[in-house]
Amino acid sequence: MTGPVLVLVEPEEGRASLVSREALTFARQLGDPVHALVLGAATEAALQDCREQGAAVVHEATNPELGRYAAAAWGTALAQAAGEAKAPVVLAGGTPRGTEVLAHLAARYGQPMAANVVQVVQADPLEVERQVAGGSVLERVRVNTPGILTVAGHAVAPEPAPAAGAGELRRYEARLRPGDLRAQVVRTEARSGGDSSALTGARVVVGAGRGAGGPDGFGAVDALASRLGGAVGVSRVVTSLGWRPHHEQVGQTGSRIAPEVYIACGISGAIQHWAGCASSKTIIAINTDAEAPMVTKADYAVIGDMHEVIPAILEELG
Amino acid sequence: MTNVLVCVKRAPDITGEVLLTPDGTGLDGRYSGYAISAHEECAVEIAVGIAEATDGSVTVLTLGGEEAVEQLRNALAVGAHDAVHLLAEADRFGPADVAAAIADLVRVREGDGTAYDLVLVGNDAADTGDFQVGIRLAYALDRPVVAGAQRIEVAGGVATMHVGSAEGSETYEVGLPAVATVLEGGVTPRYPSIKGRMRAKKAPVETVAPAVEPRGTGALGLRLPPPPPSQVTVLGEGPGAAPALVAVLREIGVVS
Repeated sequence: MTGPVLVLVEPEEGRASLVSREALTFARQLGDPVHALVLGAATEAALQDCREQGAAVVHEATNPELGRYAAAAWGTALAQAAGEAKAPVVLAGGTPRGTEVLAHLAARYGQPMAANVVQVVQADPLEVERQVAGGSVLERVRVNTPGILTVAGHAVAPEPAPAAGAGELRRYEARLRPGDLRAQVVRTEARSGGDSSALTGARVVVGAGRGAGGPDGFGAVDALASRLGGAVGVSRVVTSLGWRPHHEQVGQTGSRIAPEVYIACGISGAIQHWAGCASSKTIIAINTDAEAPMVTKADYAVIGDMHEVIPAILEELG
Repeated sequence: MTNVLVCVKRAPDITGEVLLTPDGTGLDGRYSGYAISAHEECAVEIAVGIAEATDGSVTVLTLGGEEAVEQLRNALAVGAHDAVHLLAEADRFGPADVAAAIADLVRVREGDGTAYDLVLVGNDAADTGDFQVGIRLAYALDRPVVAGAQRIEVAGGVATMHVGSAEGSETYEVGLPAVATVLEGGVTPRYPSIKGRMRAKKAPVETVAPAVEPRGTGALGLRLPPPPPSQVTVLGEGPGAAPALVAVLREIGVVS
């Protein structure tokens, strides 16, 4: 592959997001040099993250119109950076925004896009494997040039490059096109009743499924999550039954989590749920059914009723 | 009066065990059955809600083999008014092909006097997870597009679309005509009534040949990753296992 690999970097609390750092690590498998694109003013911490990941160049698009999210405008800025860098491959983390912006890029170029890529099979001609069917099946795909890819969350761990990149900063004003701002965020509202952004970034997640028994069955789950400084995540059946809000759902059509420890209580472990929690470092299942997939796939298990086990854990924790 | 076109895809049900066809080129739904994605169920619900609120209409569309008429009738049973079946071998159509085929149909209908103010698709299909048909469709039709909409209201030629975010929600106000991809979570799909089922059985479904020669997907094959061997350590049974579990939490370092 001749030419730089360009990575769209999303910010997260002033840094390059975890998924973006994963994408930068992944990009190093595809070619050299690696370039990064940051939309808006890049913080020093974000620049440092890009350099640690080996980025030789960091493009910074400064158009003030980019401040309010508009996917088409982000796509235009990305296309401009890709053109100036002459990048044969452009990629982003498989977040909602990363996927949306790259789909805009693919539509503009009239090129295919491979979503949720997990590994490179061969670099030239480019072939990759990507997740389909909620992550339970892998599809091998040939990718045309320019290659447009999103990297599945946690497909790789974010490892610093053997040698830091120069991270040469190239600022430019994105030349937006008429129509790029036709669909732009006009209002943002913080969620009332809890901060679920904690779910995807939580170090500990306590999950609950049908075994909770009903909307009143989450008291101990909430208490355990609070005691461990973590977040609550639920299975799809729980949100489908209206017991808990959708923003707490872990799974293929909910959030994908990667905590240090996931304590799955009364969750059978259907494929869709597993797709959302498989990247957890350690999984502990609490379930009455010793043969449930969540139990057999877990690292540790307690066989029992979550309504009896969780209070005992809280008591043990003091 | 808002006319909504909602696009759905018949896909193998992947809520249970997923099987591949013997040649490894597709998912085998013979034993699991077929369904549309959860996102598309919500797209149908949003479309029906908009039509009810604006005295408009809902057309449901699919591209697929003859069996895909089942998914069209399911949508008719919950309130869609009519259906269009782009009869084709769906496996030969990549996301760009599907978007081109839908765009062509929208243009033809516009030429015949039927305009779709809003086109809804699922955020991603349950089987292929391509995440791009709706956005490609918007480019083909030169319309604004919002991805991940969970609720949509239409008034005065403007669609107000609500998208969930990590922090809360984001709102878009988009002039019609427009395209949106719908994400599960904002609405609860209704169940079909007996009357709805009866009506759906009799409702005409228009069959059309797509005016697009598919370029394909670039897919070379599928494989099931081998299941990792179970390495679970059972800490015990019932409340008596709590000390062992807490010891594990201490070892991991999440409690001191």
